[in-house]
Amino acid sequence: MDLTTFLIQCLNSLQYGLLLFLVASGLTLIFGIMGVINLAHGSFYMVGAYLAFSLAPVVGATIGGGFFATLLVGVVLAVLFGYFLEWAFFSFLYEREHLQQVLMTYGLILVFEEVRSLLVGDDVHGVAPPDLLNGSIALGDMMTYPVYRLFISGVCLALALGMYFVFTRTRLGMMIRAGSTNREMVQSLGIDVKFLYRVVFAAGVAIAVLAGMVAAPVSSVYPGMGSTVLIICFVVVVIGGIGSIRGALFASLLIGFVDTFGKVMLPSAAGVLVYVLMALILLWKPDGLFKAG
Amino acid sequence: MNYSKQIFVALAFLALAVFPSMSGQYGLDLATKIMVFAIFALSLELLVGTTGLVCFGQAAFLGIGAYSAVLLSPSDQAGSVLWLLPAAMLLAGGYALAVGALSLRTKGVYFIMVTLAFAQMAYYVVHDTPLGGGTDGIYLLMKPGVGDWLDLEQPLVLYRFTLACLLATFAFLALLGRSRFGRALAGIRVNEQRMRATGFSTYPYKLAAFVISGALAGLAGFLFAVKDGFVNPELMSWHVSGEVLIIVILGGLGHLRGALIGAFAFALLQEFFKSEAIFGEFAKHWHLGLGFTIIASVALLPRGLVGVPGQIAARLRGAALGAPADAGPAGGNHGGH
Amino acid sequence: MTISLTTLARRGAQVLALTALAASMAAAQTPGKLKVGLMLPYTGTFASLGTAIENGFRQHVTELGGKIAGREVEYFKVDDESDPSKATDNVNKLIKRDQVDVLIGSVHSGVAMAMAKAAKESGTLLIVPNAGADAVTGAMCSQNIFRSSFSNWQPGYAMGEVMAKKGIKKVVTITWKYAAGDETVRGFKESFEKGGGTVVKELSLPFPNVEFQGLLTEIAAAKPDAVFTFFAGGGAVKFVKDYAAAGLKKSIPLYGSGFLTDGTLDAQGADADGLFTALHYADSLETKRDNAFRLTYAKTYKLQPDVYAVQGYDAAQMLAIGLNATKGDASKAAEISAALGKATIDSPRGPFTISKAHNPVQDFYLRQVGTKENKKVGIASAKLEDPARGCKL
Repeated sequence: MDLTTFLIQCLNSLQYGLLLFLVASGLTLIFGIMGVINLAHGSFYMVGAYLAFSLAPVVGATIGGGFFATLLVGVVLAVLFGYFLEWAFFSFLYEREHLQQVLMTYGLILVFEEVRSLLVGDDVHGVAPPDLLNGSIALGDMMTYPVYRLFISGVCLALALGMYFVFTRTRLGMMIRAGSTNREMVQSLGIDVKFLYRVVFAAGVAIAVLAGMVAAPVSSVYPGMGSTVLIICFVVVVIGGIGSIRGALFASLLIGFVDTFGKVMLPSAAGVLVYVLMALILLWKPDGLFKAG
Repeated sequence: MNYSKQIFVALAFLALAVFPSMSGQYGLDLATKIMVFAIFALSLELLVGTTGLVCFGQAAFLGIGAYSAVLLSPSDQAGSVLWLLPAAMLLAGGYALAVGALSLRTKGVYFIMVTLAFAQMAYYVVHDTPLGGGTDGIYLLMKPGVGDWLDLEQPLVLYRFTLACLLATFAFLALLGRSRFGRALAGIRVNEQRMRATGFSTYPYKLAAFVISGALAGLAGFLFAVKDGFVNPELMSWHVSGEVLIIVILGGLGHLRGALIGAFAFALLQEFFKSEAIFGEFAKHWHLGLGFTIIASVALLPRGLVGVPGQIAARLRGAALGAPADAGPAGGNHGGH
Repeated sequence: MTISLTTLARRGAQVLALTALAASMAAAQTPGKLKVGLMLPYTGTFASLGTAIENGFRQHVTELGGKIAGREVEYFKVDDESDPSKATDNVNKLIKRDQVDVLIGSVHSGVAMAMAKAAKESGTLLIVPNAGADAVTGAMCSQNIFRSSFSNWQPGYAMGEVMAKKGIKKVVTITWKYAAGDETVRGFKESFEKGGGTVVKELSLPFPNVEFQGLLTEIAAAKPDAVFTFFAGGGAVKFVKDYAAAGLKKSIPLYGSGFLTDGTLDAQGADADGLFTALHYADSLETKRDNAFRLTYAKTYKLQPDVYAVQGYDAAQMLAIGLNATKGDASKAAEISAALGKATIDSPRGPFTISKAHNPVQDFYLRQVGTKENKKVGIASAKLEDPARGCKL
């Protein structure tokens, strides 16, 4: 493998890993802080992708915006949707056992997929990246690298930094971290835990939806894209340590690299590599790599 | 003494025994499929309901049992059940031994994910390598039998054989539950730390439960391959592991009959929602009805379908006495059937 | 009291089940009607293909006045979810519960393989309107199993001939590692190497994975004269876009089996312009037959037809030809087989015949992507017949 190829594979790994991080971070937050196993998290990613496809003409017609306007509208809608979903459905799951959460969110996946099928249909769609980002930059003599993929990596990094900032430097972040370690104590300190959870949940949903919207131009928009991403996200969360954003970032990048290079160097073992990696890490560190927080 | 549970189970098996006389060919096939799934669910119930080990990779053992049945069968004549069935169970149990030995070091959600990882490994080996015949599956060209008196090519014979296997599995697990071994497993589920504090070594018990569970899932897999005459890597996908987990939770954890009820309820629910006779054009959106039903059942039936008679009785009692209904003891901690 | 409640619950469930079964069985009892069982994906990634096939099939039946060989057509549908592990149970619903006379399905090869086995065992007439698995008209071929679409080998072989004739020497192939991908590439390799070319690298990734970036880099590193590929649906959309975005489209020409650009042009946009593919159908055949078909389809379903719709349409044509010869008796497989063996099917794709193994013997068009359509620019391979290896018919 020559240097150009190696660099390109590194860029590919980075982009894939960062995108995974975006979706997985929401999952680990919801799981780590509220203790809810949410199998439907992959569906939010799918909703984001379909939103990117179906919102674009609507946004264009009403407020005359393009890609970025669609992203903004999508995020706002996602926050509202997440807020409502937590109030209407998920808040009832906190007292339930994990297995019941598994069952209920499994039912939720089925409902989301069918509602999407009823509203938007089952066709495969493409979403065009904005003209601004549609070019490619040259790397080496024969290959170019799409600017849009660099944009994705950039967005994910920006969000990661944003999350880090919120968690470590703001009061909200402090409350969230406290809430994940000791819910009762936080409550007895007079902090409205219910509201806190609702905010965290809405944020988790919004991040996953944003990931779907941003990824739509490079992945296709197709039914079943939710379950493909879901299982890898669980692997990320478990390797990284439940509730740890830092862990999710590290694990996502690790998986990004192992998967990308694995597909190229050992194509027949590519599918299984990620799981072998997870099994090995868990046997070495049964609680994941990082602690919550 | 209240023998209602035993009577229920006895009646259920009796109903299954006489069912062929009133069902059509399709009903027979459907019932066979449900019974195979019931055996699969029972194997998981041993782990999840009895021992408290949530395994998200049960499909791997099902698949190994199924693929063994096909790969070990001779290609030109019917194989012998006498050696194929034990072989399938042995291979599945063997993989369970390996998986259990490595994963029982982890706990909680991590344990769930490690079991998933090992199931995915098995899936990818069969899916991506020539070992399993590839992604589109392989045919079982001739169904096995035993000499002249057991020909599994005949649907009625297969039905009775599956029923016998189901009965044997149920009886075996019921006896196991009453034995010292079963009591130990129940103790591990309720409070493992306490068990260990009293000097009890829990690891060998958990591993043994894992292996037995894997072997029973292998039995279900063997029957699956014989029933369909065709195996496919999708048998080992995490969707199948998820479905069987849903079945045991839906039926009710901690009770063997919960696995039975769950298997029947889940299959019949799917038939119901897919039925064009009832839903017409909307039948193609059957996932919606199924999803809502699952959500509703967890919301309204916290102890699974097994808890329904108890809930109804409690409500009636409460209504009669004018006092708030007593929901009864929480979560199955009888380990009974 | 507890006893009666539990048995009541159990009996109630059984009654519910039996009622549902009886209801559907009752619906299936009407004599004289031709019961057609459609086993297609109505949910999931291939759902739109399933709908297109059904639309095409129904269109021809409507043209015949709703009757085939004098019998009114009654439809039964089962969603196969593109899941091979449930396929046997699903097809048995149609065979044993609804007792259909004819089976039509499916899209996914694994599902079709399960259907073929069940059809072979029960003797039910089966017409496969898409799944290209070579085994269906190969090792599992049977008097009562027919196909109205193609075998995976065919488009690959056709493209291989074209590329060899063009003087291309070194090719890298890339596809999904499953039967459709493997068999298409195998067909390609056969004709391409016979024509003097060499396949320098065979890349693949597990189905339905769509992370192509790593493999695209490999292609660039190998510096071949051209790339041959098979992908379909969402994977095809992504691959074509990724290929262009990686800058390879300008330097290494991309060729493919027609599914790369069928039904996906809208999503692929400009990235697909100029691509050459081989398939048994194209968007601009400009024959009277095709134009009439396309017009009716667009008017009835408010959609543009694609190759899947044509395959569904032709499945109905084949069924009509076969049953007309047996006066509507779907169980006389030998006579149906004889009738179809002699027939020429007047398809929107162009006339085709049926091989001894019951696979279409047809022209494969060389197509190039123009403005949002696959324009026919020539014939890649005329009257191409699948060798049907392993079939004993």
